Amino acid sequence: MTELNHKMVEQYRNDFLKEVEANVEEGDWVKMCMQCGVCSGSCPFGPDWEHPPQEIFMMIRAGKRDEVLRSESMWMCTSCYNCIVRCPRELPITHIMHGLANYAHRLGIAPKMNPTRRFAKIFWDNIAKNGRVNELDLSVKLYFMDGFKKGVKRAIEMSTVGLGMLKTGRLNPFGLVAHRGCKDKKGIQKMLKKARELEDRRRGLATRGA
Amino acid sequence: MATVVATNETLLVVGGGISGMTAALEAAETGKDVVLVEKGPALGGRVSRLYKYFPKLCHPTCGLEINLRRLKASKRIRVLTLAEVRKVSGAPGNYAVTVSVAPRYVNENCTACGACGDAVSTEIPNPFNYGLNNMKAAYLPFSMAYPQRYVIDPSIIATGEAEKAKAACQYNAIDLDMKEEVLTFNAGAIIWATGWKPYDAAKIQPYGYDRFANVITSVEFERLADPRGPTGGRVIRPSDGKEAKNVAFIQCAGSRDRNHLTHCSRICCMASLKQTTYVRERCGDDAKSTIYYIDIRAIDRFEDFYQKVQADPTVRFVKSKVASITEDQKTGDVILHGVDTEGYHRYDARHDLCVLAIGMEPSVDVRAIADVSVDVSGFIEASIPDGGMFGAGCASNALDVNRSVQSATASAMRAIQVINRVARAEG
Repeated sequence: MTELNHKMVEQYRNDFLKEVEANVEEGDWVKMCMQCGVCSGSCPFGPDWEHPPQEIFMMIRAGKRDEVLRSESMWMCTSCYNCIVRCPRELPITHIMHGLANYAHRLGIAPKMNPTRRFAKIFWDNIAKNGRVNELDLSVKLYFMDGFKKGVKRAIEMSTVGLGMLKTGRLNPFGLVAHRGCKDKKGIQKMLKKARELEDRRRGLATRGA
Repeated sequence: MATVVATNETLLVVGGGISGMTAALEAAETGKDVVLVEKGPALGGRVSRLYKYFPKLCHPTCGLEINLRRLKASKRIRVLTLAEVRKVSGAPGNYAVTVSVAPRYVNENCTACGACGDAVSTEIPNPFNYGLNNMKAAYLPFSMAYPQRYVIDPSIIATGEAEKAKAACQYNAIDLDMKEEVLTFNAGAIIWATGWKPYDAAKIQPYGYDRFANVITSVEFERLADPRGPTGGRVIRPSDGKEAKNVAFIQCAGSRDRNHLTHCSRICCMASLKQTTYVRERCGDDAKSTIYYIDIRAIDRFEDFYQKVQADPTVRFVKSKVASITEDQKTGDVILHGVDTEGYHRYDARHDLCVLAIGMEPSVDVRAIADVSVDVSGFIEASIPDGGMFGAGCASNALDVNRSVQSATASAMRAIQVINRVARAEG
């Protein structure tokens, strides 16, 4: 084959659907989409997505690997489940969106500054460390993720909510220094590590940090 | 008292729509005795309620007339109307059938003069027009009804209204003492041609059939277009009676959807393509029809019809299953929301009227009265293990008229074989 031939074959090589089926949670449902568009039309955040779910499914089948995995779109999903309820073929669309986001993140190609991704990472690190959410630590990290000035502004905006949580005992004021966590932190961490190993082995991924 | 002479060599056909009439006629014309049982007061079924057939756009009255002429010419068919099969027992070649016959309160003397209808003032919803209008409680089911006899609705029995009707009749045709009768007779084979009903559109919650006046079903639209229908053939909006010029058709309303009917109802694509011609017929170049679809299923010779409709500049196709409908309360207009598949454009499209191309489901569950097996959608399986009972037409699958008639003829063929076996055994 000439070089041009090789180039064209590479261009049209389409194994992204298979890659999604193998590696993305519920990814084997993608081929079942019949492109009716009810998911996109039913999504309350629909107008804000660059590529609505129906389009993402088509892009996967068209082999647009980079455009899908680097997209901000699936990070827009708020898990309202409207699409799952409405889908005429009962595709677990919410789960597929989270699966794609997670896969892109694991590959290290998800949009770095996407706020949903950053919040998810902060939340995961928080809960994985102590086996229980530390609300104060979580709020401080979330508010200050874009720098000190914005953090102070957000903290002031949310102060009434914070005070309310404090009063009802939902927020430990000494959380940053005296968070108890769960009884067997080591056990939880070991369990999570093992689960990660098993999942990576199933997906054929090299184990790496979250 | 109605009497039915039937033997083990008699064929029972249940359902007097196009499929049941066809099966009964085909069997009778080969020399078999047939009892045809119809639940309603007249033969013709859903087909008699259509304005036009696809793809030739001819009128169903024509085919109905031919079948009625064949029926009148055949001495071998006994027709029971207002009759329902209650129970079937026995085996192929030897069934015992129980049928209940509801009182019509009108006997054979009736000349369909209409004096009783003029005499009563009580009105009831007209089922022939899917309840779109009311009719008198003494009525002829529709203009071509067979038998051509009036019916007194049970709701006015034992009221002064019924007496008024009786007094108005010059032919001594009204008998208010009629009672329900229960008949039992034998049959050698049974054809279930119990037909279909439109899926309950109110169950498709985001389309608001139960909330918005100007969201109607395809069967209702068919009645609006019919000159003998509730509006005299004017396609008008239920909300304000204004002529509908900008009409949206939503395909797969209930069909191909695991939340509703899993099967494809097969007729709806062609029905909507046909109904765009009704809009065009009335509004000319001012007509605007928009078909919202997943894919258009117009196969074989129907492809030509599809292409003709595509060539009509007043018809637009949007590849998208509509996500939801809202109503502009000021104007009554319906606004369709969704995302199309050809470019992923979000739309909020305003229309005068929205027609749901409603799916088909079996009209009755025959399993309650006889030992038949059905598929996941409730349609009677073609080969019932029992061997002497057969599904025909839309009782056996979602079919158009053409394929229903083919299916009915095939069932008649199978039933005749059962009867022939009985006849040989009985020598």
